[in-house]
Amino acid sequence: MLTERVQLSTSIDLDHRGRDWYTDKAVTFLVFVGGISAIVLIIGIFVFITKEGLGFIAGSLDVREFFGSLAWRPTSPTKPTYGILGLIAGTASVTGLAMVVSVPFSLGAAIFIGEFATGRLRETLKVLVELLAAIPSVVWGFIGLSLLNPLIIDIFDVPVGLGVLNSGIILGLMAAPIMTTIAEDALKAVPDTYREAAEAMGATKWQVIFRVVLPAGRNGLVAAVLLGVGRGFGETMAVLMATGNSIKIPTSPFDSVTALTATIAAELGDAPVGSDHYRALFTLGILLFVVTFIINLTADLVVRRAGRK
Amino acid sequence: MVKATPLAIDIHNLSLWYGDFQALFEVDLQVKQGLITALIGPSGCGKSTLLRAVNRINERLGDYVRTTGEIHVLDQDILRNDIELAQLRRHVGMVFQRPNPLPLSVRDNVLFAHRIHRADEKFNRRKEDEIVEHALRRVLLWDEVKDHLGREATGLSLEEQQKLCIARLLPIKPTVILMDEPTSALDPKGTAALEELIWELHGDYTILIVTHNMAQAKRASEETAFMLLGRMVEHGLTEQVFLAPREKETADYIEGRYG
Ligand SMILES: Nc1ncnc2c1ncn2[C@@H]1O[C@H](COP(=O)(O)OP(=O)(O)OP(=O)(O)O)[C@@H](O)[C@H]1O
Ligand SMILES: [Mg+2]
Repeated sequence: MLTERVQLSTSIDLDHRGRDWYTDKAVTFLVFVGGISAIVLIIGIFVFITKEGLGFIAGSLDVREFFGSLAWRPTSPTKPTYGILGLIAGTASVTGLAMVVSVPFSLGAAIFIGEFATGRLRETLKVLVELLAAIPSVVWGFIGLSLLNPLIIDIFDVPVGLGVLNSGIILGLMAAPIMTTIAEDALKAVPDTYREAAEAMGATKWQVIFRVVLPAGRNGLVAAVLLGVGRGFGETMAVLMATGNSIKIPTSPFDSVTALTATIAAELGDAPVGSDHYRALFTLGILLFVVTFIINLTADLVVRRAGRK
Repeated sequence: MVKATPLAIDIHNLSLWYGDFQALFEVDLQVKQGLITALIGPSGCGKSTLLRAVNRINERLGDYVRTTGEIHVLDQDILRNDIELAQLRRHVGMVFQRPNPLPLSVRDNVLFAHRIHRADEKFNRRKEDEIVEHALRRVLLWDEVKDHLGREATGLSLEEQQKLCIARLLPIKPTVILMDEPTSALDPKGTAALEELIWELHGDYTILIVTHNMAQAKRASEETAFMLLGRMVEHGLTEQVFLAPREKETADYIEGRYG
């Protein structure tokens, strides 16, 4: 029981700014600066790349040759040519094979982790997948060089084990963990009431997965695959180490190829700053940037569509 | 209760634990074939638990749920280890508290269970169309949805969704339909429509329906079972339970002395 009566206030102080007010403003400002500088940096990088690349595009670029020719001879003393068809073919074949490897792997893993594993096993697997995702790409390249290379030579009886097959497998294994994580998120986002409804109608575990969970998580799964593609597409180090580095359109999985990214990495150091070669490499950079951007944007849009439902 | 109607569900001495917590205590319940039996009782008394034991959907929780006693559905002991859950659930359908159509088209929803259980039968579009129309007519939904069977079922109104959830059970001709507060997510109009529909199904299906709504139990059931704190207190003809309850707890509940 309250015995003492509280005095009614006669005036209230509304313009007092305490420490909390200043802390709040300061933190807001810091966060704002952080966010802005990230955006400024990205724009800066983009401007830098385009400035160098656009010079080439405006000056020496012959579009037909650029996209249509296999001849990437930027250092030829007599007549340098800049055909990137072979590089595109290399990137596409390696990324394609990587997807063939990683999609079944990562979907399978996501289904197992999300729909079958429970408790400790599930948590352990998730941590393991995240650990795999953290393996640096140079380590993957190393595995390609020193483990997969002799293995391919042995098994298929070919002279060289570096090429589409090797780098496709390496890239696939590399992309699988992140794809697994995203795919598992997509499955987890499917409301459990759907599973319960289907089970209550007598659907078996696999019927629930194939007829309900996968269709319902469709968008998230597509996004997972797209991000995997983006990862494979932009990967450099592992590709540099495992493709064998020769410019051609592959006709067999054992052919050695090279990729857009690897070409930039390998040649940029030797190209004189400001030369056509130097700028052509930046044009490749723009191309990579644009394609990766489109892939990520598509993935993002797909995820958003999934979120809205 | 002297009529010798055959039993659809015969529950005997059923106890159930969630971990260490006992939710059901030696429950006995006999549900007659073709009747609508209402299951009433205060919140948390174990109505949903009992219902979910009958199609064994509670086993989704894994070893955490432990059951002893017997449940017979049409004279089959369904708690046996060698019971095929898919078959059991084909014969014992369930309608949930929140309408839960699958994120598929209206048509695919109606055909979902049908396709699962007759996987070996040849695909036949005409036959499927007939099944869809028949099921949707039966739940009084056909006129509303006949022009957009391809639309996502999750976009229907709640009332329509719940009707669809009943319709999708019909093609596989379940013996028993369990309903767990099927109208609690609906507005009064939807509730009335659902009650009408449930009454309409009466006779062809055995319906065990959980409800919080006294008026609904009174209006829309033939027998009523009253539970309290995990025990079956009283079960009889609905008029008898409501007008002349044998147990004091029943009378107290019906008169609104519990929550
Ligand atoms: N998964 C669970 N784990 C632990 N206890 C549970 C679980 N599900 C239900 N219970 C408990 O079991 C008891 C019966 O729950 P149940 O859901 O069957 O009640 P109900 O009669 O359906 O209630 P309501 O009318 O609120 O739906 C309650 O005390 C509840 O807390
Ligand atoms: Mg309940």
